[in-house]
Parts: sequence; C-alpha cells; structure tokens
Amino acid sequence: MSRPELQAPPEIYYGDTEAKKYTQNTRNQQIQANMTYRVLELLNLPPDEPAFLLDIGCGSGLSGEILDEEGYIWTGVDIAPSMLEVALEREVEGDLFLQDIGQGFGFRPGSFDGAISISVLQWLLNAETSHPTSSPPHRLNRFFTTLHSALRNPSRAVFQFYPSSDDQIQLITSTAQKAGFGGGIVVDYPNSKKAKKVFLCLFVGGGGTQQQVPTGLQGEEEDDSRVRFERRRDRERGKTKKGKRKSVKDRDWILKKKELYRKRGKEDVPLDSKYTGRRRKAVF
Amino acid sequence: MVRLITHNLLACHVKGCNTNNFPLEFRDVQIELREAEFNPEFLKGFMPKIEWKALVDAARQLGDTSLPLEQPEMLDDDFLKNLHHVLLEIHVEEGIMTCPNCKHDYPVLNGIPNMLLAEHEIG
Repeated sequence: MSRPELQAPPEIYYGDTEAKKYTQNTRNQQIQANMTYRVLELLNLPPDEPAFLLDIGCGSGLSGEILDEEGYIWTGVDIAPSMLEVALEREVEGDLFLQDIGQGFGFRPGSFDGAISISVLQWLLNAETSHPTSSPPHRLNRFFTTLHSALRNPSRAVFQFYPSSDDQIQLITSTAQKAGFGGGIVVDYPNSKKAKKVFLCLFVGGGGTQQQVPTGLQGEEEDDSRVRFERRRDRERGKTKKGKRKSVKDRDWILKKKELYRKRGKEDVPLDSKYTGRRRKAVF
Repeated sequence: MVRLITHNLLACHVKGCNTNNFPLEFRDVQIELREAEFNPEFLKGFMPKIEWKALVDAARQLGDTSLPLEQPEMLDDDFLKNLHHVLLEIHVEEGIMTCPNCKHDYPVLNGIPNMLLAEHEIG
C-alpha cells in the first residue's frame, strides 16, 4: 500500500475509524513510545527541570502520555479532529489545539523549552490546493519561522519523520536553516531496512558554544519484529560453496525414504549400496 | 482544555495581524476546575515567561481574584499555590477567543480551540 500521506490530507485520512485503529494498535504504540523516548534523548533537556514542551502533531496523545510520565508539562497541536477526540477520551494532561502547522503558530516568542514531533513532517510535503499558501515550501517556511520564534533561546526541536526521497530531506533542512535554525539530520541504524529512523535535530541559538549534532545509533538493533526461527530456515535452505542450491533429494534423503518404506512393510525396496544416490552415466 | 498557561502564550496568527494581537479575549466561556499536581519548581521556572497583566485580567474575567495586580518579588508558598490554581487548574471548555486587533474568532469546542485559518488569512 502507498504511504498514508499520499492517500489523503491528514485530517481526512485520520478519520474516526483510522484514529481508533492507530491508537489501539499495540505494535504502533510500541513504535511510537520508542521513538518518543529517543526524541527526548536527542532533545537533551537539562535534568531535574520540569520543562514546557510543544508536541507538534500530537494526534491521540501517544507521545503525550510519555511526556506526562516523564513529568513534562506540554501543549499539543494536531489537524485531525478525530485524533484529538481520542486524545480527550484518553484524558492526557496537556492542552490540545486544532491547528494546521503549515499555517504557522501564534505563540508568543520564547514560549517553549523545546518541541518534539513524531511522524509528522512528511505530511507537510503535499500540496492540497493550487493556492500559493498551500505549496510545501511556503508551508514549511511558515511552520519553521513561527516555530523558531516560539522557542526559547537556547533550546532544541527534534522531529522524527519518514522522508521518501533525499530531495525532501534537502527541502526540509534548507527551509529550517533559512528560518534560523542550526542542526541537521540524525539517522539511527542507517544500514537496517526496518530499524532505520530519520530525525531532524534543530537548535535555536548556540548559547555561546556551538551545539553539536548528536550522532545516530549504529549497528543492528536487536529486532523483536522478526519471526524467531527465520534464521534457522535461512540456514537450512543453505547453499553449497558454489552458490548453487543444494539438491534436496541427496543420498541421505534417499536412505531415509527407503528405511521408511521398509518399516511400513513395502516390498521390493532396493538394497542400500555404495551406488545408492549416485547419478547414472550419460548413456547417449 | 485551554488553561490559562497556554492562553497566556497564545497570540493571533492571522496574516498581517502583528501588533496588539495579544491576549485573546474570552467570550461566552464555560469553565471547569480540575485538580493538577502542584509543581513549584516548574512554576518558578515558568515565571519569567508570564505576561503578568494579561494573566491577571484573564483570571479576573473567569472569576478568580486570588492573584495580585502587581507581580510580587517574593515567591512564597501561598502565592505559588494560587498561581498554580490559576495557570493549571482552570480549564475553559466552551467559548470563543477573539483577537483584540483583527477580531478573528477562535471558537473553543469541547475544550479544544480551533486555530484553523481561512485561505486568505494565512500569512
């Protein structure tokens, strides 16, 4: 199936049924939770200071719940009313806003100590109408400039998102830089197809010293998503040194079969010999 | 669930509406009181961000007069408790917020303010 952001705008795609499905799916909850923890790690807030955060595209509050647990006070914005309704039902602590982030924020300068966003930015990359204000560069620009002013100096904003091409990453990072942000892209598990995650890590102000872009996690993640015996199946299907597949009906297999027939009492089972399972000479 | 903590940060974001666009005025509001965990550290950290006059005005409009007109220098426990109540426990459930400058109405439904703009209002 194609990506959700190509099917319909977010407020329509996440209708009542999809919003429920999205929130109740335990696998989805797990993924969202892991990403939220990672984003908080990248946000690198000073410990023991209860911060005031902005959750961009908070949806049904899956990430907000974790912010609650971690003791942050937060405010969430989302464009899908159905998702916000689910969030209300789940009684998250933060304030919720129905807002299109592509239209920009109206928060006073320096309002937030940081911003997080899980799986949202890719939704800004599609134009819904031909009006100039709904072109992706314009929306991104409006989003990043108003976000930049709403954040405290110094602070960070970390976005996890699913880019579908390098051009999209290029567009997003260049727009963010024009809006005054520093920072860049962090990729976790770049060599893994499934565990790979892209984060946009943006800084407001340097605070005198240049902030370093954190490094992504390397190596293979121990993966819970694989079926447990898949590895053994791979090995058993093993290939010979030449790279050809091993024949299934080899000598062992024939001997096993003959043994089985004898046990079952079948007559005329040929005797085993050193010639068993050998190829005949080519006669012609 | 508009609490005064977010109301105190919220300005109008309509195109060209850059001056006198804060604070949004409440109209026809219904409020609900819900208890929240008292966190003095957070309040102390948040104090510098508060626009005091706007907060006191909004609180009085919603019927809470526990805060002094002038921002006090000393932060004692009673004051922090009052501040906590005003900032985090008063929820506006229904109503309308109006921009004092361009008169744009942001309706609050079910505790969620609708901040969406029409095409011609997008900056």
